Amino acid sequence: MKITLPEDEIMEKGHMACLGCGGALAMRYLLKALGRKTMVAIPACCWAVIPGVFPYSCLEVPLQYVAFEATGAAISGIEAALKAKGKKEGTTVVGWAGDGGTLDIGIQALSGAVERGHDVKYVCYDNEAYMNTGIQRSSATPKGAWTTTTPVGNTRFWKKTNKKNIVEIMAAHDIPYTCTASVAYPEDLIKKAKKMKDIKGPCYMHIYAPCPTGWKYPPEKTIELSRLATETCIFPIYEVTYGKYKLNKNIRDEKKKPVLEYLKTQGRFRKLDEETVQSIQHYVDDEWIKLKKKVECFGEEK
Amino acid sequence: MKKVLSGNAAAAYGSKLARAEVISAYPITPQTKIVEKIADLIAVGEFETEFVKVESEHSAMAAAVSASLVGARTFTATSSQGLLLMHEILHWASASRTPIVMVNINRALAPPWSVWADHTDTVAQRDTGWMQFYCESCQEVLDTMLQLYKIAEDKDVMLPAMLSEDAFLLSHTSEIVDMPDQDMVDDFLGSFEPENIMDVDNPMSFGSLSMPHQYFYEFRYKIAEAMEIARSKILEVEKDFEKRFGRSYGGFIDLYRCDDAEIVLVAAGSMSSTIRVAIDELREKGEKIGLARLRVFRPFPIEEFREIAKKAKKIGVLDRSFCFGYEGAFFTEIKSALFDIDERPIVKGYVVGLGGRDVTLDVIHEIIDDCQATTDTRTEPFKWIGLSR
Amino acid sequence: MGLLEIRWHGRGGQGVVTASELLAEAAILEGNFIQAFPEFGPERMGAPIKAFTRVSDEPIKIHSQVYSPDIVMVLDPTLIGQVEVTEGLSDDGILFVNTHMSADELKAALGFEGKIYTLDATKIAMETIGRPVANTSCAGALVKFGEVVKLENLLKVTEEKFKEKLPQKAIIANKAAIEIAYKEVTV
Repeated sequence: MKITLPEDEIMEKGHMACLGCGGALAMRYLLKALGRKTMVAIPACCWAVIPGVFPYSCLEVPLQYVAFEATGAAISGIEAALKAKGKKEGTTVVGWAGDGGTLDIGIQALSGAVERGHDVKYVCYDNEAYMNTGIQRSSATPKGAWTTTTPVGNTRFWKKTNKKNIVEIMAAHDIPYTCTASVAYPEDLIKKAKKMKDIKGPCYMHIYAPCPTGWKYPPEKTIELSRLATETCIFPIYEVTYGKYKLNKNIRDEKKKPVLEYLKTQGRFRKLDEETVQSIQHYVDDEWIKLKKKVECFGEEK
Repeated sequence: MKKVLSGNAAAAYGSKLARAEVISAYPITPQTKIVEKIADLIAVGEFETEFVKVESEHSAMAAAVSASLVGARTFTATSSQGLLLMHEILHWASASRTPIVMVNINRALAPPWSVWADHTDTVAQRDTGWMQFYCESCQEVLDTMLQLYKIAEDKDVMLPAMLSEDAFLLSHTSEIVDMPDQDMVDDFLGSFEPENIMDVDNPMSFGSLSMPHQYFYEFRYKIAEAMEIARSKILEVEKDFEKRFGRSYGGFIDLYRCDDAEIVLVAAGSMSSTIRVAIDELREKGEKIGLARLRVFRPFPIEEFREIAKKAKKIGVLDRSFCFGYEGAFFTEIKSALFDIDERPIVKGYVVGLGGRDVTLDVIHEIIDDCQATTDTRTEPFKWIGLSR
Repeated sequence: MGLLEIRWHGRGGQGVVTASELLAEAAILEGNFIQAFPEFGPERMGAPIKAFTRVSDEPIKIHSQVYSPDIVMVLDPTLIGQVEVTEGLSDDGILFVNTHMSADELKAALGFEGKIYTLDATKIAMETIGRPVANTSCAGALVKFGEVVKLENLLKVTEEKFKEKLPQKAIIANKAAIEIAYKEVTV
């Protein structure tokens, strides 16, 4: 099987990401898809450090570093300015943020940007915690995970609430295009990025980006882990195009793997008890059923 | 009990000893170990508190203000960008008269991104109605936190207070810290019992709306009054703390070898330690230099600086921040405090250490040399030290 | 004693900061004043990092970086040639490297004229702890040649510090690593 990816490397070597960083791979794929006529805004997150220290940068596109909560506002501003200058045509405006900067502190500006209908592409690389500042919990941290602000100790202090479903929140904003993607499926990611580029209007992509440092697993397992997340239905790969739901990776019932297989690969879930594992399984099952029902009710016409 | 603690750990333990009832905080480098330590202490059952893991610093302060109005003793911690994001609510906190205590890690502002020591973040909050303290050691961080709750919660003060420690130089540096016993702290602080709180049995509104002819003006005047009352409270609490715990920091200004000093350097934060070393070196050679470490910036120690001005021939003021369009804030305010006295020493300003540029012994010696050579500040009132050209 | 400054080199995830703290904590048991701090900045798994320990019999007044360490401890041999481990170290200073190279080979590689101690600390760690985390064994070596703290105090603080985070088996293994390193470090 030959993987056909665009060859141009717009992200250079020599960057500062940790070994096995899912977010580094995700950016590389995204830029391959979007090409060089792309402008990027990055808030506080791992990717504010990854490009390198002044005067170096590993990204060969115009880049603005912005305040933590401001990504949505920044890309709105960039888009508006390009339009005012008559330069918007052919240039893609991308906001690239982590889960903290998207689901928590950045949600206001993101909601505002997409609600106003700017022609911008917001991409969240989700490593499920505030990794750049040292692994603190975010609302994207899954239930049961250890983080430094949900340390396990002897009071079972792991994160008690489920992941905030930002993908559905974005879909509920009625924007032209919302999708999930994963570094385990690069062709799907690139296809979706190209689709976003061709749409005039706000688009949201949520990329699953495992973090060996924060999730405590061997760095060479990043892609394997990403695939397992989809095969257990913990991270479904789907898209919503003008309100129509489509499942890109349908996991058939007989192939669906139990969540325990995923949980046991990572140190952050090491101390979970049986009860919590069960509740995670039920939650994943319910969400999967809900998603399949949405595809059924709001899917593309056959 | 002596422990080896970083400045961050000292802040976390301070909130535990003070029995903070509500903590709302958001992680930001280099404060993260504070919230992590608090989470650890809660997880092992050593600290009973409500820790709200808010989604931004603006929310951190907003939640703290609201919690305080329900009568809870509150704590938060932040740094740099986070402190700036809280700015709107800092004003809200003081105008609501909520005695919140906050630890800020002094860190430079972006862009460019910098996680290193710089005082611009707190200096930019000097107008917010918060009391503002700067610490030089991890021990002082712990001790000052306890003092601040007592000062802030005094019913004639009822103003929020922030204390600052330098990024990494204190936040991540482990030093010996003597942790007081919980019983002694309980005895010193007592519990927080404010008069006016949200209570279904005694309903009141907090905030409301005020027309120009109504009481907004008077409410603001009361804050100004409270800051003045805080002056004596700060000194009272310092004395009481010394009696109970055996440690003192000199109140508003921590004086080092100033009695006969001809040149006095003024600085805040961890660089004060390095200045002490330089002073000792020069004193060996017979030079009369002293350090006036600025510990309390708000309320501003006007009388204390006038006292220093009586004896010193020259004052060199180090600002680890800068107010663009004019000059360093400490520099401006010290000169202003001396405006009304008859005989004034030469006062010169030095900008140092922005963005974590290390303030070394060499930098201090360069400043002292310059101060010695300065006879008039009309043409060059201040200098930026150590610029790469 | 005066002020003693130690700089530790390693990679993120190797326990370099822990080593700098263990030494500091042992030193206060002997009535000393200390500071321990990491290199100030974001740390990444596997990237080179530094940590520092200051020990003095008088209160330490300085709050700035360490520019002229008296002792340099290199916990990861792959840093030789990648990082300037001898920066600021005078010929009166001491260099320790966790390596299977000899002191003479290192001297040639680095052009360093001062005292060099070596030890295959990773091997000791593998044999005792079962993981290539050489921070405790390197600290044990330092006790031997550094004249900074006594062995028994380092062992004591190791027990204290790891009590909360590691099972008893691992604590015993770390203490064994310290003792073996103390015995075996060579000049």
